[in-house]
Amino acid sequence: MNRIIKIILLDILKNKIVLAYTLILAALSWSSFVLEDNSAKGLLTILNVILFTVPLVSILFATIYLYNSTEFIELLLSQPIKRRKIWTGLFLGLSLSMVLAFGIGAGIPLLINAPDSVGFMMIIVGCLISVIFVALAFLSSILTRDKAKGIGIAIMTWLFFALLFDGIVLFLLFQLADYPIEHAMVAMTALSPIDLARIQILMHLDVSAMMGYTGAIFQDFFGTAVGLVISFLLLCLWAIIPFFISLKKFNQKDL
Amino acid sequence: MKNLVYILYFICLISNAKTITVGKSYPVKTIKQALTLANDGDTVLVTTGIYKEGNILIHKKIAFLGKNFPTLDGQNKFEVLSVAADSVVIKGFKIINSGHAALDDPCGIKVYDRSFVRIENNILDNNFFGIYLQNSKNGVVKNNTIKAYGKQEQLIGNGIHCWKSDNLQIIGNKISGHRDGIYFEFVTQSVIWRNISNYNIRYGLHFMFSNDDSYITNVFKGNGAGVAVMFTKNVKMFNNYFEENWGDSAYGLLLKEIADSYIFNNHFKRNTSGIYMEGTSRIKVEKNVFEANGWGMKIQASCMENEVVHNNYIGNTFDISTNGSLVLNTFNSNYWDKYEGYDLNKDGIGDVPYHPLSLFAVLTESNPSSMLLYRSFMITLLDKSEKVLPSITPDNFVDNTPLMKQLRL
Repeated sequence: MNRIIKIILLDILKNKIVLAYTLILAALSWSSFVLEDNSAKGLLTILNVILFTVPLVSILFATIYLYNSTEFIELLLSQPIKRRKIWTGLFLGLSLSMVLAFGIGAGIPLLINAPDSVGFMMIIVGCLISVIFVALAFLSSILTRDKAKGIGIAIMTWLFFALLFDGIVLFLLFQLADYPIEHAMVAMTALSPIDLARIQILMHLDVSAMMGYTGAIFQDFFGTAVGLVISFLLLCLWAIIPFFISLKKFNQKDL
Repeated sequence: MKNLVYILYFICLISNAKTITVGKSYPVKTIKQALTLANDGDTVLVTTGIYKEGNILIHKKIAFLGKNFPTLDGQNKFEVLSVAADSVVIKGFKIINSGHAALDDPCGIKVYDRSFVRIENNILDNNFFGIYLQNSKNGVVKNNTIKAYGKQEQLIGNGIHCWKSDNLQIIGNKISGHRDGIYFEFVTQSVIWRNISNYNIRYGLHFMFSNDDSYITNVFKGNGAGVAVMFTKNVKMFNNYFEENWGDSAYGLLLKEIADSYIFNNHFKRNTSGIYMEGTSRIKVEKNVFEANGWGMKIQASCMENEVVHNNYIGNTFDISTNGSLVLNTFNSNYWDKYEGYDLNKDGIGDVPYHPLSLFAVLTESNPSSMLLYRSFMITLLDKSEKVLPSITPDNFVDNTPLMKQLRL
């Protein structure tokens, strides 16, 4: 399996798209820190990158890469290697390269310009988001053999989590404003990895505002060590579960 | 000639004044004994030691001085020092363990209806009320360190409590762990200067019905609910620091029913709300710094004719929020770090008016749970479109001359 990871990693690192992605991330992060007069505003730009660009690139790139390497996968399958090993190797290779790109592109400027709890939180969350959306890409590409359809599903998935989900939450918040729904809303955020990531960073970035009344409820959950561990576990589950579903499907798939 | 006689008479008086030293190695062993011996104008000097004499009542015009901080212990039963004479000086004591009672409010030091009392350089530790000035005029409370260990609001008194007084000077005290650090009720013409009031259970400073006062260069940090100024007019608040007052009903500065006051050059940092205004009118808020607060200012619709000019708003989650659509206040020439306009003629004033009230601030005001969605892409999008075309937020909530560069404050 290690050799598969190595082959894929080297293949991706040679890929110009990932290089461009790294450079763009670096340019965005550096410019936001250098151009803005305070580092808090730079952090905000990177927050938007993490919540918007990173998921999009991760899911799209991984989906397209999987479809493009169908022949390579078929070639591997003809060898005496277990299917589980091939699929896991692909997943680890892709995740590792996306994490590497994020780490070099955004992680280094974060470490240099904001070496505090917010900065570290952003790096960890950014890496997790990369892995989660690679896992979702694996799921969407295994669902259909048609490349166009697969990419369509990937884009829809991204759109749902980045935009529509928040719209639904906002709608629910105002429809159910008369009911004590704060706790239910905390549970609801578990349904979107982007929201989980965003709230984790928010807890560190806007600590003064989050201490308000409802903030206090969120703070009681997300701000405590238990809440922190739970939300990180949830984020990990968001990476593991889609991947395992796809792995199961891949094992049984007639190629 | 007449003057000379007066002066001579005065000198005679002074030379008559004697000093009574209290201590183990002196003829006078107890403070109470010294107080019976003393006459008006005398000095009672207490040397080091622990004095457990119950309630000590000073009813003569004396200077009551401690040498190397002798300890007066109230044994959790008594009011430690009661002052019932004018012009008493209390200096250099360590006063500990007053009684705790809700009915008669035992204090470390209490002044009953007297004038020109001076309380200076004392250490007060674990008292129910620290220093209590009741109906007293021209008093000075200076450089005292007042500390208590209150856990609940109902079970502890205030650090410096002033009631129905006039012309007080509260200077350079350090207060922590009480219910309210400094409490003013019906106190007029007084000044609060260079105090540090931190980590009290309720308010760092609490003003009620106290007109014509000023508080200058104080630090209020980490108090349960910040600072409250209520039902008052003509208050001057200069150069104070309001920091880290966190919680739903915690405000850097809570203004309720205030009129004709002036808030100048204060720093509001890392509070849940920097200033909360309700029913205030004709207040000028000038040259303050609002930094890293949850809400820089919450101005309720019941406020009118307030003027907010030349302030810096830096790194707040929300600069301003309000609860209605009525705007009777003006916000001009402030620096807003969220301002995205331009300045073509380079006069330092933005060419595009700035709407400091964001859509999301209005949303969270009506539905606090929506804070959950803050900084999500969806909300950012809504906010941006609202900034271009105000529909929900009142369009006269505007700074017509926003500054391009932050003021040096």
